[in-house]
Amino acid sequence: MALGMLLLVVSAADAGHVSEQTVHDVAAELRCVVCQNLSVADSPSEMASQMRAIMRERLEAGETPAQVREYFVERYGEWILLAPRRTGFNLLVWGFPLAAMGVGFTVVALLLRRWTRRRRGRAAPPPVDAAMSERIRRELETER
Amino acid sequence: MAYGFRTDPRNIPSPLVGRPAAPFALTAFDGAPVDLAALRGKVVVLNFWASWCNPACYDEAPVLERAWRTYRDRGVVVVGVDIQDTDEAGRKFIRDFGLTFPNARDGRGKVSVDYGVYGVPETFFVARDGTIRAKHVGALTDEVVRAKLEPLL
Repeated sequence: MALGMLLLVVSAADAGHVSEQTVHDVAAELRCVVCQNLSVADSPSEMASQMRAIMRERLEAGETPAQVREYFVERYGEWILLAPRRTGFNLLVWGFPLAAMGVGFTVVALLLRRWTRRRRGRAAPPPVDAAMSERIRRELETER
Repeated sequence: MAYGFRTDPRNIPSPLVGRPAAPFALTAFDGAPVDLAALRGKVVVLNFWASWCNPACYDEAPVLERAWRTYRDRGVVVVGVDIQDTDEAGRKFIRDFGLTFPNARDGRGKVSVDYGVYGVPETFFVARDGTIRAKHVGALTDEVVRAKLEPLL
């Protein structure tokens, strides 16, 4: 185990051309398979660290981050991607919230317009002429 | 969403069933080579386990040994791959259960990732032509072994 860790450290030291950041970027997009909702980048599990080593190895062999991602998807299915792909049925996941927000804003806008129009109507009461004010005065007196 | 609530989010179908089994070559605990390519023409029961996987791996160890003894004369090889484990603990497990089929440790996790393994135990049933025909997640029973193996014989 200690020897293995030492070897890992040594191999990480001489692997200059693939940065830690590149490995991290790939790992951050993949689900740690032995955790609940953790990425491979964030998980301290042995499985995740083995996966990061495999990512580094494949990147160093000249694969692109997309190819490395694909290698994992082919074996674990799309489930391993923390963000579903923007194709096919998955588009619903990306599109639906936007569409729902659009509908929501439209409804609010329509209601706001209706409310403000009603208030404007109330702000302009029918004109009161002399006959009307006389009638109001009389009715108030009979109330007493 | 209603569909999603009725399915178990932890039950993930393997995309590997129906695909060729990835080749690998490991060294068994007893020093013998374990090379999947050399087993072409045989039905392979490829089992991923770990000594810390209790009780599932402990439950199925006798089942695997029994399957090996029952089916080895009919062209079946049981291969055990010990993952995320130490050499010492793996050896003890094999000794404790008296396992006689080839068992090797996947020290760097490359074989388990190649097979999309996300936990132990997981078992792949590989046909004579080298394609993966079935995958079983969780402890094997004699019934499961029979049901998955018989069609491949």
